Amino acid sequence: MKINRRTKTIGWLLLSAVFLITVTLWGCFWREEALITDFSRKNLPPCREYLFGTDFMGRDMFVRTIAGLSLSIRLGILTAAASAVFAGILGICGAVLGKAADSFVTFLIDLVMGIPHILLLILISYACGKGFFGVVVGITLTHWTSLARLLRGEVLQLKNSQYIQIASRLGMGKLQIAAKHMVCHLLPQFFTGLILLFPHAILHEASITFLGFGLSPEDAAMGVILSESMKYLATGKWWLALFPGGLLTITVLLFHVLGDSVCKLLDPGSAHE
Amino acid sequence: MKEKQIQKFLMGILRVALLIFGVSAAAFFLLAISPIDPLQSNVGQGALGAMSQEQVEKLKAYWGADTPMIQRFFTWAWDFVRGDMGVSLLYRRKVSEILWEKAAGSLGMMALAWLLSGGMGFFLGSLAGAKQGKWQDRLITGYSLLMASTPAFFLALLLLMVFSVWLKILPVGFSVPVGVEASQVSFADRAVHAILPAAALSLTGISNIALHTREKMIEVMESDYVLFARARGEDTRRIIRRHCLRNIALPAMTLQFASVSEIFGGSVLVEQVFSYPGLGQAAVNAGLGSDVPLLLGITVVTAVLVFGGNALANLLYGMIDPRIKRGDGI
Repeated sequence: MKINRRTKTIGWLLLSAVFLITVTLWGCFWREEALITDFSRKNLPPCREYLFGTDFMGRDMFVRTIAGLSLSIRLGILTAAASAVFAGILGICGAVLGKAADSFVTFLIDLVMGIPHILLLILISYACGKGFFGVVVGITLTHWTSLARLLRGEVLQLKNSQYIQIASRLGMGKLQIAAKHMVCHLLPQFFTGLILLFPHAILHEASITFLGFGLSPEDAAMGVILSESMKYLATGKWWLALFPGGLLTITVLLFHVLGDSVCKLLDPGSAHE
Repeated sequence: MKEKQIQKFLMGILRVALLIFGVSAAAFFLLAISPIDPLQSNVGQGALGAMSQEQVEKLKAYWGADTPMIQRFFTWAWDFVRGDMGVSLLYRRKVSEILWEKAAGSLGMMALAWLLSGGMGFFLGSLAGAKQGKWQDRLITGYSLLMASTPAFFLALLLLMVFSVWLKILPVGFSVPVGVEASQVSFADRAVHAILPAAALSLTGISNIALHTREKMIEVMESDYVLFARARGEDTRRIIRRHCLRNIALPAMTLQFASVSEIFGGSVLVEQVFSYPGLGQAAVNAGLGSDVPLLLGITVVTAVLVFGGNALANLLYGMIDPRIKRGDGI
């Protein structure tokens, strides 16, 4: 039997979805365990009992990594969703509500893109008094720009189509048209954009926490684990950074695969492949 | 015709000025609404508690903590425009001085990474696009996807582990050797210290540029004029040189200038790993240490660099593209 590309794509989609869901649920389960310290087993290199080794406080790095990844994924979903909704509202408003609104939205997009993400995250995190809340607000407010730009372009194109113009001549209001005729066109774009936001959200959450602005040092978060590992690298404790970072990379990669697969499956142009 | 171009140019400048004003205002108000008490974080909890109420009031008045936000912003902005960026609370020196010093430390490293990632990204992207579906393409897209998923700081950690801790051939951190007088530091020393940070930055930076260039290349390879060139009997090498590279040069240039912001963002993380004393590390220290003037200064200077880069790209676009030069518009 020959496997066509569509089946292969569905296979990848399922594989990454199963992995991500497993890690997320598993990590929720291990929240308490990730904090257990046991000084009789500190600084152990990876072995059969402790797959990823243990750190200077005798915490099992495998448990900590899974718990941290789970936290990252949940945070990523929350912030990506909030960011996408923000992008949707601004993108559509910019394109529908006339010229002044449009130039305001494009100005806002350029403004946010003009400050490097990490720097803006530092600023917003500072404004929110650092901590969990700062990370959520920061990532939400920095990641909407590219999706908003995409949706705006799409709406501008739709506005020139005949059925929208007819609807407008028939006396429908601008917002009414947007809600009734445009939203259903934009939904596929919106969802793929949303999924493609996940990897960025997760990466930036880990980065800002790594720098010390995000989640508190007690939390089992990826950024915390990696910034702690940095202090022990020079003394040869390579496993503290290699395994957690590697697993983080795999997670982000699988989110990319997930997004690409959904994108391919939703695109009618590739249905025959 | 000429008049129109000048008008467009002026509008562009006005827009950039407005954007820079917007960035400074946004940054200023973000820092001003912070619940972090500037008095407490700069004087220290203990010292503040030991001071009398009068002293605290005096200090507050000295720093202008009670004047309204808008007034404070315009005072700051006016001073900034005249070149007075304020005094850093962390270093107790002028912000402009610190910015110069830090920029001199890391701009070279960033420029190296910027050129490397742009050049390599362009080369790999066009190679992958020209060989779409072949093993070269799969290798390059695979690499790009992997790098796009790797946090820059993790890659930096890996490089540090392999080259500094394990193989011991490159320094662990800092931009100059430890324990050597500043006047004794040679250019070679600086270069050796810049290798790993620049490598970490460019290895991750390549992926974005390569993927976009690849897409453009594929678009061009499927165009009618390439088909026609093939029909005339030109071989692939010649088609790529004469038709493809010229057409993807312009979008590649836009990408290259747009990546200024990414390189800077990455450098914040990478400098933290290598303890490299540059602008990025200064930004992190300023944020963690509540050094508002320094953080503001860094934000505005970066924004100027980013917008300046974009504006330069637009200008070059007009000079290089014969269609725009003739004024046809696209």
